[in-house]
Amino acid sequence: MGAAATAPAIHTVDLTKRFGSTIALAGLSMTVPRGEIFGFLGPNGAGKTTSVKLLLGLLRPSSGEAWLLGERIGDLETRRRIGYLPELFRYQGWLDAREVLALHCELAPLPRSTWKEEIKSALNTVGLSDRADDRVSTFSKGMQQRLGLAAALVGKPELVFLDEPTSALDPVGRHDVREIIRGLSARGTAVFLNSHLLSEVEQVCDRVAVVDHGRVIASGTMDELLSGTAVRVRVSGLDQAAKAKLAAFGPIDDEGEQLTFTKLDIERVPELVSTIVAIGGRVYEVAPRHQTLEDRFLQLLHEEEA
Amino acid sequence: MSPVFVFARLTVQEASRRRLLLALVILTLLVVGFSAWGFNKITTVTRSDGTVLPAQQVTLISSQLLIVVTFMYSGVLALSAAVVAGPLISSEVESGLLLSELARPVRRSEVVIGKWLGLAILVTAYAAGSAFLELTAVDWATGYVPPHPIELVIYVAAEGLALLSLGLLLSTRLSGITGGVIALVAWLMAWIAGVVGDIGTGLQNSALQNVGTISHLLLPTDGLWRGAVYAMEPDVILATLRAAGTAGRANPFSAVDPPPTAFLTWVVVWFALMLTLSVWSFRTREI
Ligand SMILES: Nc1ncnc2c1ncn2[C@@H]1O[C@H](COP(=O)(O)OP(=O)(O)OP(=O)(O)O)[C@@H](O)[C@H]1O
Ligand SMILES: [Mg+2]
Repeated sequence: MGAAATAPAIHTVDLTKRFGSTIALAGLSMTVPRGEIFGFLGPNGAGKTTSVKLLLGLLRPSSGEAWLLGERIGDLETRRRIGYLPELFRYQGWLDAREVLALHCELAPLPRSTWKEEIKSALNTVGLSDRADDRVSTFSKGMQQRLGLAAALVGKPELVFLDEPTSALDPVGRHDVREIIRGLSARGTAVFLNSHLLSEVEQVCDRVAVVDHGRVIASGTMDELLSGTAVRVRVSGLDQAAKAKLAAFGPIDDEGEQLTFTKLDIERVPELVSTIVAIGGRVYEVAPRHQTLEDRFLQLLHEEEA
Repeated sequence: MSPVFVFARLTVQEASRRRLLLALVILTLLVVGFSAWGFNKITTVTRSDGTVLPAQQVTLISSQLLIVVTFMYSGVLALSAAVVAGPLISSEVESGLLLSELARPVRRSEVVIGKWLGLAILVTAYAAGSAFLELTAVDWATGYVPPHPIELVIYVAAEGLALLSLGLLLSTRLSGITGGVIALVAWLMAWIAGVVGDIGTGLQNSALQNVGTISHLLLPTDGLWRGAVYAMEPDVILATLRAAGTAGRANPFSAVDPPPTAFLTWVVVWFALMLTLSVWSFRTREI
């Protein structure tokens, strides 16, 4: 157990999942240290939810191995120390919020004497204290997601899986969730955050991995990943054929008059502008900036296709 | 509390909060009231000469009527058990409700057995409660009490439990509607196969007899139903049936002998098999 106490929160080696002929996850190898906020990004169908379900033992890996908190996945005892908010969050509509959380305390299992305090603090954290005694069936979707988050928090888990925790939340709720995640990390809980809301991930994660088609195409700390610059150009008078001639400047996020060169060395900006002018474009604005996660994400997916 | 009892408690709680129990209680009280009135009629109808039926006639008619009424009760119980068990697991898998619960230190077997237990408590309580009310009403109306009331309750409850177990097994893999419908069709087919087996006995045709035997083994509901019928037959009826020989057996509302011990042993094995299969099926299911 000595080793387990210092073991990483998550460690996987070549974790693979096939559904018939579909490869949902193709050899995931990664390590998430304790207490870290880990962002798992990828487009729809990339294999994010599949990874979480594999780690929680809801799905069986086709091959590969994984450990949570130093114990092999599937170990029952380890699950006492883990919280989970599923992507498809749903709780008993015929119970009230307090009863749902009591159920999770009971299954966790926490000593009965602590339930009251745990439930109160979880409800408070997610902002549902005033609806504690209402049936869940009367909750809005966002309130149900908050309840799910509360359920994931009971028992002070050492590792929390959040599968798109803000998909149903309003901007205030999203802000709250970021605060909750930071709070978890501050007290030493590792957070595995599945998301495609890149700005959100960028604001809160220490480290990210980008998956596509079941494989990790980039990973590292936010600084390592976002080292380049992106350049946004406002330009008119370019048709598709003309835009194609700009391919030499790297991947382009084309939004009509707004072209974003998602990774472009700042030294090449003058050359870019003169090329645009040469092919008949009219330049209104050139704005270099640090690459955002979205730039990097689009760039990676672009390279992946090529 | 062990997770088994947590899931059992949740199942009972859900049935009561969704007002399933209330609906069943109201319907049952209606049926009991109505049948009390009907049974009372037997004792008060007058024949063409103006006299009421002799006591022995009353017992005879009451016992036959009670068998038919019980058939309705067992039908309601079987139907409800199948309809409730069919979606018991599948609906929670589909809605995602089980996702967060199964990420807790909970074995899949505990979920299956807990849900079975919860529903089994409801089925048994309904069988016992409705039998108590109905038999009390019949006793009040006609003075007739079936010879083996306890066995009657056990057999009717066991029939409900059998359908519950089948429904739950299907529920680990199939969607709720599909599982419920299959369980119901299987129940009806088993009943018809039982009748076919009876005809086989009447005609002394072994092929037809085998249909009955095999169906009793695959789904013991009809065999259990015959046990319930036997528990409701006073000696006069049994004597008449025995006198009629093999022809007396060709009737789904009569039973000449109690279910053989070998069959009852098989029923116990069958329940164990169904539960084991359900656990195995759910354990290997991906969610
Ligand atoms: N039960 C299943 N049966 C068959 N294929 C599945 C199953 N679950 C997932 N898949 C496939 O696995 C792949 C990855 O799915 P997954 O749900 O992990 O994606 P995701 O990254 O979570 O996407 P999203 O952002 O849309 O939530 C997809 O191609 C999906 O079709
Ligand atoms: Mg997903």
